[in-house]
Amino acid sequence: MSVILVLIITSIVVAVVFLGAFFWAVKSGQYDDTFSPSVRMLFDDKASKVEGDKSSSVKKND
Amino acid sequence: MIAQEVSSKALCYHCGDECLEDKIVLEEKAFCCHGCKTVFEVLSENDLCDYYTFETNPGITQKKEKNSLFDFLENQEVSRQLLEFADDQQERVTFLIPNIHCSSCIWLLEHLSRLNPAIINSITNFSQRKLTVNYRVDDFSLRALAELLDRIGYTPVINMDQAKENKAKEKTFNKTLLVKLGIAGFCFGNVMLLSFPDYLGISALEQSYQQTFRWLNLLLSIPVVVYSGSEYFLSAFKSLKQRFANIDVPIALGVTVLFLRSVYEVALNIGPGYFDSLVGLIFFLLIGKWFQSRTYDALSFERDYKSYFPLAIQTRQDDDFVSTAVQNIKKGDEILIRNGELIPADAILIDDKVYIDYSFVTGESAAVEKAKGQYVFAGGKLSGKQARFIVQKPVSQSYLTSLWNNEAFKKEENHTKLVDQVSQYFTITIIAISIIAAIFWQFADPAKTWLVFCSVLIVACPCALALSTPFTTGSILRVLGRNKVYLKNADVVEKLQKINAIVFDKTGTITNASERDLIFEGEELTIAEKQLVLAAVSSSTHPLSRFVKQYLLGVESSDYVIESFMEYVGQGIMAVVSGVEVKLGSANFVGQDVKLKDHSASVVYLKIGSQLRGRFVVQNVYRSGLKSVIQRLKGKFKFAILSGDSDAERENLAKLFPEGTPMYFSQKPDDKLNAIKAMQSTGQFVMMVGDGLNDAGALKQSNVGLAVSEDISTFSPACDAIMHADSFNRLDAIINLAKRSKHVIYASFFLSLAYNVVGLTIAVMGMLTPLVAAILMPLSSISIVVLTTLFVKMISLKLKL
Repeated sequence: MSVILVLIITSIVVAVVFLGAFFWAVKSGQYDDTFSPSVRMLFDDKASKVEGDKSSSVKKND
Repeated sequence: MIAQEVSSKALCYHCGDECLEDKIVLEEKAFCCHGCKTVFEVLSENDLCDYYTFETNPGITQKKEKNSLFDFLENQEVSRQLLEFADDQQERVTFLIPNIHCSSCIWLLEHLSRLNPAIINSITNFSQRKLTVNYRVDDFSLRALAELLDRIGYTPVINMDQAKENKAKEKTFNKTLLVKLGIAGFCFGNVMLLSFPDYLGISALEQSYQQTFRWLNLLLSIPVVVYSGSEYFLSAFKSLKQRFANIDVPIALGVTVLFLRSVYEVALNIGPGYFDSLVGLIFFLLIGKWFQSRTYDALSFERDYKSYFPLAIQTRQDDDFVSTAVQNIKKGDEILIRNGELIPADAILIDDKVYIDYSFVTGESAAVEKAKGQYVFAGGKLSGKQARFIVQKPVSQSYLTSLWNNEAFKKEENHTKLVDQVSQYFTITIIAISIIAAIFWQFADPAKTWLVFCSVLIVACPCALALSTPFTTGSILRVLGRNKVYLKNADVVEKLQKINAIVFDKTGTITNASERDLIFEGEELTIAEKQLVLAAVSSSTHPLSRFVKQYLLGVESSDYVIESFMEYVGQGIMAVVSGVEVKLGSANFVGQDVKLKDHSASVVYLKIGSQLRGRFVVQNVYRSGLKSVIQRLKGKFKFAILSGDSDAERENLAKLFPEGTPMYFSQKPDDKLNAIKAMQSTGQFVMMVGDGLNDAGALKQSNVGLAVSEDISTFSPACDAIMHADSFNRLDAIINLAKRSKHVIYASFFLSLAYNVVGLTIAVMGMLTPLVAAILMPLSSISIVVLTTLFVKMISLKLKL
């Protein structure tokens, strides 16, 4: 089989994988809310810093 | 902890947003919202802020008396409606929290587990203002969760409407469209690549691949036609069944011919087919649909009274009050309403005296006083002490809620889009041209008959025509969104183009809901007198006393002593201040014969000692810019006023509106609806501008219902568009933008028809090759997109929007 057919089939397969990834993104709700993930990502840093002192906060609020 | 309100402007210490009126100051730091303040406090507790020290635990300090408000969540029937998932160990619930507005809110809400270890996790959906929480049930409950959220300033809104929504699955429209668009895009890209050899020519050595590429194209276009394009076939079919050719008819026809012709060419190995144009066409159409479907998830345009009514209410059973689902309340039940709760049914007050805030219903924010034995309409919020009522009518039959039984709420509106009207003639013309051309070629060169027939139908496929409206209206939706005007959907733009009459509600719509002007009629008060009055009113909680207090703001406080104070329900107050008797109240109360025409409740007479000093008159403050908006709209539109209040403001309104503007006062919700109907029956296309639930009928009946709201995320009745009160002075520009967009649509119709004429000429001559089609189709579509977007941009710049 000619190399061009191999290339085309490969390219379509790769594209199908990306299409599948897109479907998964849509189905898993990544397009439902496009704002919170953008800030949630930035919060993680802060969260990890607080983690160590978590117990004190919990105690006080109980 | 010292938290207080300060009025000067500053930036929020935590999130950097500008602090508005409800700014909170804590230890000399300004905060824009409770979320920010609490986050700040939580961080401080954890020694992340070296600058501050704390002595108490802030998360708990501001709660207390609100606690009881959520006890209805312990009612099994109610919680079952709300919970998305529940087993012995854990439960999941999604709350609507309109307060979510900044990134700190998200941070705090997603770290709820620190405030209570029973919370497993919490996820916010910012665009829908929703919070989903998973929690363990062992020592936690739905009620505790709601109270926790309330405590940190994120009070969840729980009502009948939301419970229903949770049961029904969320709309999948947008997801389906995205999937369809994804498939079309994927196939379009691949088909385009695989078509290049045919367009650019292929060397004789590699001729053998050509057929392989064509078959691949065929395979790739099948999902696009069958799945992505399916709605055009369905829509065309439905429309034809009603003997009407909407824009989807020529599209479906074009797609079918394109596909069949291409399959025929590939199967018989006589040509490359038009797969490129076919897939591209559907791809562009779907993009148009997606662009137009800009929706505002956080806003709801379909709310009825259920959205504002509570799920459950305390009713008396034997000697105890237990929470009962609202829909089970019967006539004769005794209900207990607490501070801030909504009265869900028409009822009679059996406790002494209450203040009821009807701002949801009428837009009037000053509370109304009700005395024992008085009939109270549903929809008011109790402010002050709790009170008991005897229900007179079940929830759905009340004065306000019965409005929703009106047939205006049942019928679906029939609106023929401009493009569908054009499409009628378009379809017939295209079919006629193709048949005539086919007959001509039958005699000239029979071999070309079918080619020409198909070419005409292919090239005439109204892609550009179908894209003109979505891209124009889509751009307008975005421009309006930037100006804090949110339309329900793109159809509203077309309806706005047609309006020729504007009806205004008064209170809360053209008047400012939260501001009042108080003037004193009579001889100017001396400073000593002012101090006397101030001392007298400071003991009263009556809303009118508060206005008087505001009026006297800035008067130096005195050392007068209040020796006695009496409040007479529905009449006024009497106080003895340092030996001087001060009486404030109705004309009868101060012993005055009413000679002047009275302004009913909004007048307070003042008597000091035995001398009548004059009266305070409460005046509505009209929205800034109202006068100029009316001036600019004058002549082009007919106006009318529909107010639920008395006609006390008639003279003021007459000054603002052109002469002869019909004004109807003391209108019940049903009257408003019927007034709109009457206007429509004289051929007027009416826009209703309103704000309260009592306008809901009129908003629904009108051709365009515009709700004005000071806080768009929390309240607005069902309508076609929601406008933030700040944008009121741009009302004329907004209407003008919609009106002028009609010219943009006409211009793009003209351009797309011009493309069609060119394409048809080529097709009729039998020279439409796949390459020409593949160039013409995207070229026309893209130029339409550019044209409409630029024109809308230009118009909005000109109108300063």
